[in-house]
This record gives sequence, structure tokens and C-alpha cells, in this order.
Amino acid sequence: MNKIVEARFIGPEVKLFKIEAPKIAEKRKAGQFVILRVDENGERIPLTIANSDIENGTITIIVQGVGATTKKLNTLEAGDFVRDLVGPLGKASHIEKFGTAVSIGGGVGTAIAYPTARALKEAGNYVISIIGGRSRDYVILENEIKQVSDEVFPTTDDGSYGFHGFVTQKLQELLDNGRKIDFVLAIGPIPMMKAVADVTKPYNIKTVVSLNPIMVDGTGMCGGCRAYVGGKPVFVCVDGPEFDAHQVDFQILMQRNRMYNSFEKEAYEHYCKIYEMHDKELNKSL
Amino acid sequence: MSELKAKERMAIERHHMPEQDPNIRNRNFAEVNLGYTIELAIEEAERCLRCKKPLCVEGCPVSVKIPEFIQMIAEGKFQEAAEILKEDNALPAVCGRVCPQEEQCEAVCIYVKKGKPSVAIGYLERFAADWERENAKLREPKLAPRTGKKVAIVGGGPAGLSCAGDLIQMGHDVTVFEALHEIGGVLIYGIPEFRLPKEIVKAEVDALERLGVKFVTNYVIGLTETIDELKSKFDAIFIGVGAGLPYFLNIPGEHLNGVYSANEFLTRVNLMKAYDFPNHPTPIYDVKDKVVIVFGGGNTAMDAVRTALRLGAKKAMICYRRTEKEMPARIEEIKHAKEEGVEFKFLVAPLELIGDEQGNLKQVKLQLMELGEPDSSGRRRPVPIKDAIEIIDVDAVVVAIGNGSNPIISSTTPELIVNKWGNIIVDESNMKTNMKGVFAGGDIVTGGATVILAMGAGRTAAKAIDDYLKNPESW
Repeated sequence: MNKIVEARFIGPEVKLFKIEAPKIAEKRKAGQFVILRVDENGERIPLTIANSDIENGTITIIVQGVGATTKKLNTLEAGDFVRDLVGPLGKASHIEKFGTAVSIGGGVGTAIAYPTARALKEAGNYVISIIGGRSRDYVILENEIKQVSDEVFPTTDDGSYGFHGFVTQKLQELLDNGRKIDFVLAIGPIPMMKAVADVTKPYNIKTVVSLNPIMVDGTGMCGGCRAYVGGKPVFVCVDGPEFDAHQVDFQILMQRNRMYNSFEKEAYEHYCKIYEMHDKELNKSL
Repeated sequence: MSELKAKERMAIERHHMPEQDPNIRNRNFAEVNLGYTIELAIEEAERCLRCKKPLCVEGCPVSVKIPEFIQMIAEGKFQEAAEILKEDNALPAVCGRVCPQEEQCEAVCIYVKKGKPSVAIGYLERFAADWERENAKLREPKLAPRTGKKVAIVGGGPAGLSCAGDLIQMGHDVTVFEALHEIGGVLIYGIPEFRLPKEIVKAEVDALERLGVKFVTNYVIGLTETIDELKSKFDAIFIGVGAGLPYFLNIPGEHLNGVYSANEFLTRVNLMKAYDFPNHPTPIYDVKDKVVIVFGGGNTAMDAVRTALRLGAKKAMICYRRTEKEMPARIEEIKHAKEEGVEFKFLVAPLELIGDEQGNLKQVKLQLMELGEPDSSGRRRPVPIKDAIEIIDVDAVVVAIGNGSNPIISSTTPELIVNKWGNIIVDESNMKTNMKGVFAGGDIVTGGATVILAMGAGRTAAKAIDDYLKNPESW
């Protein structure tokens, strides 16, 4: 059991949690993740560690409520507990001084990119961050990103804030303006990561993406998270989660992530039903 | 019952294990074997000839005092029988269910020499352990005086639990670190409920906890804390992390949806209880009224194919590249699978998995084989029959062809010497690794093997750890 010490929404359905986990806080490096179970019967879900506070023994995770488990998690508040938390899992980001590094986060991917952007900055890179969202509310962590970047470009699909367009369009604009870019990190929805890879490939810019496939144990035991990189199978949980974007088979990644779509809907409806019942009971008792 | 003569004992027929009806059990997850009644157990125990030099004890990897515990059962002293078992075996209710007795203790039973079925040692072990769990009052455990020495056990599976059970009785302070959220390793995530109810594993773990073993879940040694860090806090370390890195077939189409490793398929069902979706929100591919093929011929393959039946598959089939004779699975598992309606296809090897445009598995292309010359294992090697290809429709495939070694410990402990497959190299007489104070045993040393061999390694290590803690200079 791990205690939640802080919980607040930072975007629509996007919630930030600080959770007591002193050992993980001490050990984790940028790019690593945890696996969490909300409650006794819960499923195991992987979440990237956004930050840690060694002194207070907490880690920060940022959760987008998309399915039954994440929505349930997002109902928890400070003082509540999560049933299980294990980590830090996966390999740390490969950090070196590349020169100019562009960190691209799409939606909640910004939270995953943040620790790596910070590590890149600390390693002496000139860091340009592009943080995208559907609209203004979906652009998250702008202040935090500013602190670890030399330049920040928010983008929105609808133009309600910052650059009007996709993160890839902003990246293309930088390249068109002759900016010399040595390294790109892209984290977000799979189509976004694929689009970034397509933009950087002709320029031969080293590009890294963080994959978020379906996982169970997160320690290499089940092989459910296998992805294909350079035509070869990898286990994202132990070989990744970060890989060379130009080698990743995004098509297979997308296909495998669809495997349980119908179940996710059913689980969500089941959860809503229980939750409604719970709400009714609660209202009755009040 | 008065004292029987050997001839009278030998006249008693071996008692069958009562089982759930195959056509009922193949649709439920309740245990298949129902256990002996008191009467059956006593009668079966009377068959034991109480050999002066019991070969069965030598046949047991943990040297259970078999004739002694069986005699206690014959005398109706079930508690005593269980206590004798526990002196040598930390998990008797588990071993009574999953050990391949027919290759170990029962294989060398004097009855077999005389051409008769052996004493049902496994069934009797299970009986005594179950009786104790259900009936016995908790007694103060007999523990050696505390030594104040601390031992870390890495991995809460059979090797680790067996090692922990011995060390705590020897008086040491024992902490088990487990990566998953439950203790038991393969006993929890791998072996299905219908063969080994999880409640039994839990009871055996609880018993160890009552003896004073500390359990820490959600703790990945190598990541949450390294072996080197553990060394500064513990006087000795035992690594029993299992094999646990599934092999795949390395054929086209393995990325398709509906293709599982046995580890994933079984973990979703056993540990995460996907059969109870959506009450347990972890999903598993819907195989209801569908066709499931399992590649492999071992116990894990049998577990997977029988699980598929219970999930509602209309056809659950084993595809194995050799013949039934070469299958490594226990005879009882094969028999149970057949009774339940599992189909077997021998002498076939998968060539390709074929999917639709959405990436869902639809068909498998098989190469038909025939047996050729014996290979290094002495088994006749299967060789492809030219142009003999068969394509069959399938909805889900489970790959159960074994496991490699998990890289987390070896990659974070550069000093530790492993072989080219990543298995930790030990001195098999004492399970010592090349690092002082660090021992290892079970599948991480041998590659995928059985529960009882892992437990045997845990015992050997416990004895060596005890010696080492008494005299650390002896390393």
C-alpha cells in the first residue's frame, strides 16, 4: 500500500499524483516507469515516473483517465492509498550531450517527456520543447517544461493557444528555418510519434520515442509488451521503453494496442455501473 | 487395523484419486483432483512395505522421510504425518499436487520392481498436508535458537520458499523479496487453479509467515534495489528468480493479436483472474466457442490448453513436433487433458501465423514431420516431410516452448558470472555463486525445470547458507 500525498487535476481528465514510494524515488532515473494496481482486484498498469522527491520519498505520476482503471485511479485523492506500486522498471533514458535537443510531448506524453527533457538539459544540451494538445486545456506542465528548456513552443490543434497546428508542423518549421537539431525525443499518441519519426528521418536526426504497449508484469516475464524494432521482437518492459524511432514498427504497435479495445469498453461500462450504484447508495445514506 | 503381513499389504490395490467428472470440470476452474478420504488414505498407506532401505527417499529431491510419514497416516496420526513432511518440505500441499512423483519417489518404489503400481506417495502427501491445513490446531513451531544472521531471498517462488522455510527453522532471520504483488512465483501466476488452488499456496505462505519469514512484495531486485545493496544489509543472499523470459517461435506472424506466450496467457488467467472479467478488469482474448492451439508438450502446455477449454474454447489443441512418447508433460496431466476433450496433433511444427487486415490471428501453417535419427537427448529427432504442409483455422495461439533467463539481475550485477544463456553458474553441491555470500538455485540456474527440483535446490542452498553463516571464513 502506498499513500497518495497530493492529487490534483492539471488538465481535462489528467491528474497529477504524488505517491509515497521512498525506494523508487531514490532509485529512479529519467525514462523509467512503475506498475500500479489501484485496488485488490485491479489490473496492473504501467505509468512513467514524471518526477521524484527523494527528501520526501515521493514519486510523481500523471494519469490520463481513458479506461476503467485510469478513471478509477483518478477518483483517488490525497490521503488515499494505491494497492500496489512497483518500480522503477525499464531502462533509463540514454542521456548525453547531443547539442540541440528537441523534446516533443503530445497530450499526456508531455508528462513522460518532462523528466527526460530535464535530464537532457542537465547534461548540457540546448533544449527546445514542443508541447502539444488538442486545445489550450490539453497543454500541460508548461511551467515545469519552461524551467528545463531554453525555448518552449506550445501548440494546439484548434489554435486556441500557442502555435496553431500539430507538434510535427512546429518541428518542420524549425527545420525549415534552418535550425540545427541533433536529437529529438517524441512522446505521445502513436500516430504523433510516427509522424515525428517521418519528419526527422530525411534529416537523419537521431530520434527516440517511448513506447507504451500493453503490459502485465513489467519485468520481462510475459512478453505481452513485445514490439518490433528493426524487424526484431523486443520486450518493451526490459529492453525499453525508449527506442530508435526510425526503427520502430508503429503499425504493429498500434495493432497490438487495439487487442483489448472491446474489453476496455466493457470494463469501463461495468465500472461506471458500479460507480453509479455506489453513488446512489451514498446519496441514500446522506 | 492390526499389523499386516507384507503379503497382505501387497494384496491391496492402489487407490485411485477421486476426480471431478471430465465433462463438468473442463468448464470450471475448480480443482480436478478431489483428494483421498480418510479411509482411502489409511488403506493406501497400509500398502507401504516400510522398506529398511527406502529407495523412495533417495528418489525425492528434498529427501522427505516417506515411509515414516506414510506409517503415521496408516496409524491415523495425520498431524504427525504432516509434521514429518514439513521437516523436509516447506510446501507439502503444493508438492503433493504438482510433483512428477512417477519419475521420482514412486518410480523407485519397491512395488514397481515387482511389476505393481507404486504406493501413491504423492496422493498421501497431499492428504496429510490438506488434513493438517483443515483440521490441525496451530502449534508453536519448533525453531532453532535465533542466530541474529540475516538472509535475503530473492524471488518468492518454490526455490525461495523452500530455502526460506529451512533457514527460518535453522534460526536465521529471513526476508523474501518478490517482484509481483503476490508471493508464490510460478505457483501463483503459472500453475492453474484447477491443478493447484491459490488458497493452498496462500496457506503454505501464511504458514511460513507464522514461522517468522518476512515477505516484501512489489520489490524487484536489480531495479528497486541491487544485489550489491542487499549485500550491505544481509549476511547472505539466495537468488531464486526463476526462468521467466518466454521463448517465442520466431516465425512470421507472432505479432498478431491472439498470439500469447504461455506465461502471459496463464498470468492473465491465474494471477490476474481474467476468467472473472470484468469483476477483475484484466482482459484475456475471448476464446469462447473458438479454436485455440497450444504449441509445446510440457506441463505448461497442458496447463494452457486445459485453461483454454475452461475459458470456453470449442476446440483446444496441442500441437507438438514429436510424438506423445516424447512429450515431457506428466502422464497425469496428459491423461486429464485427454479426458477433458483436448485434441492432440503430433509431428507438426508451426511455419507461419496468418492474420487478417486488422492484425487478428486467423490461421496457422504447419509443417508435417516424421521421426528421424535420435538426437543428443536420445529422443528421435523430428524431421520435416517434404511438401507436407497443412493450414488450419485458429483464433488464438499459445506458445509454450520454454523460458530463457530473466536479464534483470545479471544486467545489474556485473560481478555475477552467468553462462551464455544467462543462467547463474553455481557449485551444485552448495549452490554458491562466484560472489561471496551469494547463492542461487532453481530455474535461474538450471533453466526451466520443475517445482520440486527448484525446491531441492533451495534446500541445498539453505544448508550451505547455514554452514556459511556459522563460519563465513569457510567460503
